[in-house]
Amino acid sequence: MKLAAVILLLMGVVACGDDNDGGPVAITLVAYDSFPKDGTPLNEALQTFTDDTGISVDIVTAGDTGTMVSKAVLTAGNPEGDVMWGVDNTFLSAATDGQIFDGNPSPVNFGDVCVNYDIAWFTDEGIEPPDTLEDLLRPEYRDLLVVENPSTSSPGLAFLLATIDEFGDDGWQQYWTELRANGVEVVDSWDSAYYERFSGAAGSAGDRPLVVSYGSSPPAEVVFADPPVDTAPTSVADQTCFRQEEYAGVLRGSKHPDEARQLVQFLLSEPFQREMPLTLFVYPVSDNVPLPDVFTKYAVISNNPHTMDPDRIAANRQQWQDQWNEIVLR
Amino acid sequence: MPALAALPVIALALFYAWPLVTLFARVVGPASVADTLRAPGLPRVLWFTLWQALVSTALTLVLGFAPAYVLARYHFPGRRAVLAIATVPFMLPTVVVGAAFLALLPRSWHGTAGAVIVAHVFFNIAVMVRLVGAMWAVLPTDLTAAARTLGASPTKVLRHVVLPVLRPALWAAASVVFLFTFTSFGVVKLLGGAAHPTLEVEIARRATQLGDIDGAAVLSVLQLLVLAVVIWWSARWQRRARVALHGDAATRRPRSAAQRRGVTAVVAVTAVAMLAPVVVLVTRSFRLGGVWSLAAWRTLGDDEVRPGVSLGIDPLGSLATSLRYAVAATAISVVLGGAAALAIGAARRHGRLLDVGLMLPLGTSAVTIGLGMLITFDRPPFDWRASWWLVPLGHALVATPFVVRSLVPVLRSFPADQRAAAITLGASPLRAWWEVEVRRLARPLAAGAGFAAAISLGEFGATTFLTRAGTESMPIAIDRLLGRAGEVPRAQGFAMATVLMVVTAVIIMATEAVHARRS
Amino acid sequence: MLDVRDVTVTFGERTVLHEASLHVDTGEVVALLGPSGVGKSTFLRVIAGLLVPDQGQVWLDGTDISAVAPHRRHIGLMFQDEQLFPHLDVAANIGFGLRMQRRSDPARVDELLALVGLQGFGGRRVTNLSGGEAKRVALARALAPSPAVLLLDEPLTGLDRELHDRLVADLAEVLRATRTTTVLVTHDHDEAAAIAGRVVTWQADPS
Repeated sequence: MKLAAVILLLMGVVACGDDNDGGPVAITLVAYDSFPKDGTPLNEALQTFTDDTGISVDIVTAGDTGTMVSKAVLTAGNPEGDVMWGVDNTFLSAATDGQIFDGNPSPVNFGDVCVNYDIAWFTDEGIEPPDTLEDLLRPEYRDLLVVENPSTSSPGLAFLLATIDEFGDDGWQQYWTELRANGVEVVDSWDSAYYERFSGAAGSAGDRPLVVSYGSSPPAEVVFADPPVDTAPTSVADQTCFRQEEYAGVLRGSKHPDEARQLVQFLLSEPFQREMPLTLFVYPVSDNVPLPDVFTKYAVISNNPHTMDPDRIAANRQQWQDQWNEIVLR
Repeated sequence: MPALAALPVIALALFYAWPLVTLFARVVGPASVADTLRAPGLPRVLWFTLWQALVSTALTLVLGFAPAYVLARYHFPGRRAVLAIATVPFMLPTVVVGAAFLALLPRSWHGTAGAVIVAHVFFNIAVMVRLVGAMWAVLPTDLTAAARTLGASPTKVLRHVVLPVLRPALWAAASVVFLFTFTSFGVVKLLGGAAHPTLEVEIARRATQLGDIDGAAVLSVLQLLVLAVVIWWSARWQRRARVALHGDAATRRPRSAAQRRGVTAVVAVTAVAMLAPVVVLVTRSFRLGGVWSLAAWRTLGDDEVRPGVSLGIDPLGSLATSLRYAVAATAISVVLGGAAALAIGAARRHGRLLDVGLMLPLGTSAVTIGLGMLITFDRPPFDWRASWWLVPLGHALVATPFVVRSLVPVLRSFPADQRAAAITLGASPLRAWWEVEVRRLARPLAAGAGFAAAISLGEFGATTFLTRAGTESMPIAIDRLLGRAGEVPRAQGFAMATVLMVVTAVIIMATEAVHARRS
Repeated sequence: MLDVRDVTVTFGERTVLHEASLHVDTGEVVALLGPSGVGKSTFLRVIAGLLVPDQGQVWLDGTDISAVAPHRRHIGLMFQDEQLFPHLDVAANIGFGLRMQRRSDPARVDELLALVGLQGFGGRRVTNLSGGEAKRVALARALAPSPAVLLLDEPLTGLDRELHDRLVADLAEVLRATRTTTVLVTHDHDEAAAIAGRVVTWQADPS
């Protein structure tokens, strides 16, 4: 392996010495929209991969995760690239059923979807913030929570899955009936929930101090604050989290399967993994990769997050969404 | 003249019909049709789609009438700016308009049909001002004067002369607005809430979130059928109502005090109504942490928000990308639209077919076209799905009908034998065609080109479903910035939306200036 | 009796009419003769009420109608370029003025068609008419509501000589037959003499 790397490195040097000689292999990484194409430490890390192996990586974006997977299923066997980045566990079954991957995809990162709260609001009111899903039904949290519609929003779906995992196939409907009675507000997208309705986001006009967002939203509030702040204005109820995992794998039909496999290996390696937190606001899969300060300080990663088997998600998603619509929106 | 039709026909067949048929052939079958049409939520979706489109269209026609009149007939200081103000919203990406209206409308309106309709009217006033205004501008003043001397009061002039004469343009405007509101996606998604999905929203949900491409395709066939009927019917009416207008009516300054008051009132109301959402957008780009700040604008040029922290979105780079697309899309749509309009003007029955055909891409679900292209242009010699030019070409498909729409009513109102007259005056047929038709088309063509450029800049439809390399176009960059956690990216999104609006406004004003000089 | 007193019209800096006056007796046909650019058409528009003058009044049968809206003046105007309604057929064009007064009268339309020599043309599209036919329709349309005063703005310009001469004769005949108070604007001396009982000549303003 090491020898191969050295040889590849040498070939890379030779290739650099004479550009016209055969030319280096170029492979294409297909990713969701929010994957940066250029200018971030993540892209610099990819450049080191190219420098080391002589394999250049073109990044193309294919829409949000659902769109990306739908397109990959349509083009399975004649893919738009060689490696796909970022299929999460809610879409993983659709991807594997559609046979888009050559072999099994590998988990590359994870993150939580949790109820976030506005620290200042709860301090001012002298109320303890909630901790668990059950807590959200208590009268003191009446009319405080805003969630996303699971039919139209990925964190919305994750939160629904958390409640299904917690209360079971027969219990979640009752939970949502009660949540509705306790004044939960539903909006269609994470943007409107977080920026229009939630009171804790900087610059938001919202008045609800509880929102379904990401476990990494608090560090994002710090990183993107202007003027800079040294404490996060928001925090996370860590018993409410659903674990989202993202996968990457070689696409079936790739013209450069070997180089593609090398890239997947690289995506799992430390030089790439350590740059993910501050670019994609997700956690590296390996415990050995150091986290940036704002993450260790402000991000919450749940000790026992809710999870669900991708096959179960795929089999029930539409039925659950329809049931949820009946319960919450009628 | 049929040779002229070949170009748009080939483009339409290759880049619209073929991908669509490929997709439909692959996924639409008896089983998927039965499953999809039996879905319990479907009647509600269809009903909402239909009634909101009808109400939005009716309101747009009524509310757009006065601005269309004043802007077409009167000359006053700042006219060009007001024209741009009234037109720009139409070009904005729906996500930007949606965000602006969320900020502008009271909470109780969010998620209501009312919010959707208000935003639709705001969007489509431009269609009235442009399409009806273009015809109104060539309606001779003396025609209404003649009616006045025959005893018609101003309201009777409107009812018995102006409306009947403008009918082709009114039908054209109504069909375009209906088309846009029936297939509305971004605005409905942002403002309508989950309780108000249109067919287009449902198609996108099935295709992208449920992986139900079969169902999405079936629904988009359904949508196409509805719209094909509407377009056909409207084209029929436009033809029936067609009238010959000759004599240009120049804009003039309001003379009497009453005229001045009327013009001022209409201009003021239009400007305020159209500017309010825009002002909200601009304001937001300067607000950070509840105070005024230039931070979002300062960081627009480099994508590092903090040392070491970068969004991977290059706002100014996206402007360059969008401008490049716009130039290409405008060139393509002017050629296609110009050829199509002349062919439609010359041919009879087949012209009609082309006219309807060119409108179809507007009414076809964007996600369906995008997915169709994906599985059609995937093998040599048609391995184009990763080509950059597919994007401006997609823009051009959407923009071409607007070029055609701004040309055809004027073309149809040419007296039939003017060209023959020119030939008898010694002009060669080519020269006659140039002198009589092309030269008179310069003004509507400039308007059409401006429209096309602006549409390309704001396009947020089919091409956003294409897989993309390189820097994003501006609407996509804005969408992504607005969708990021953190205050600076969001303010940057609003700053970019401001830039997009300004660029669009400049283009609109420039086309106005061009034809003002020509005429 | 039409009495136009001291009408002044300016467009921006340019004075088009300066204290122009004209008196026309009931039933009289007056021709206003002069080169183009002396404000003859503008003068007619002031009389018809289509243009509000900077100064001056229009009196009709002893009443100041300066403030009366054009559609209430009962003053008909035949335009140089006809301005037929393109969406209406010949009969509907002629009947337009009657319909505006809520008195649709097919017999009157037929009568006017006959008067201008266009029997059987009622159902024609106006866009398919010859130049002379269009002039006749325009004349019939202006006469149909029996206006108190008929204003003719270069009504026979742009026709060939033969057709022109025939229409001059016909027009003179029609005006005599209907005894309509008429102001004819023209730059053609023969035409003025043939149609009008009195010719008023305007000179180009030396300024």
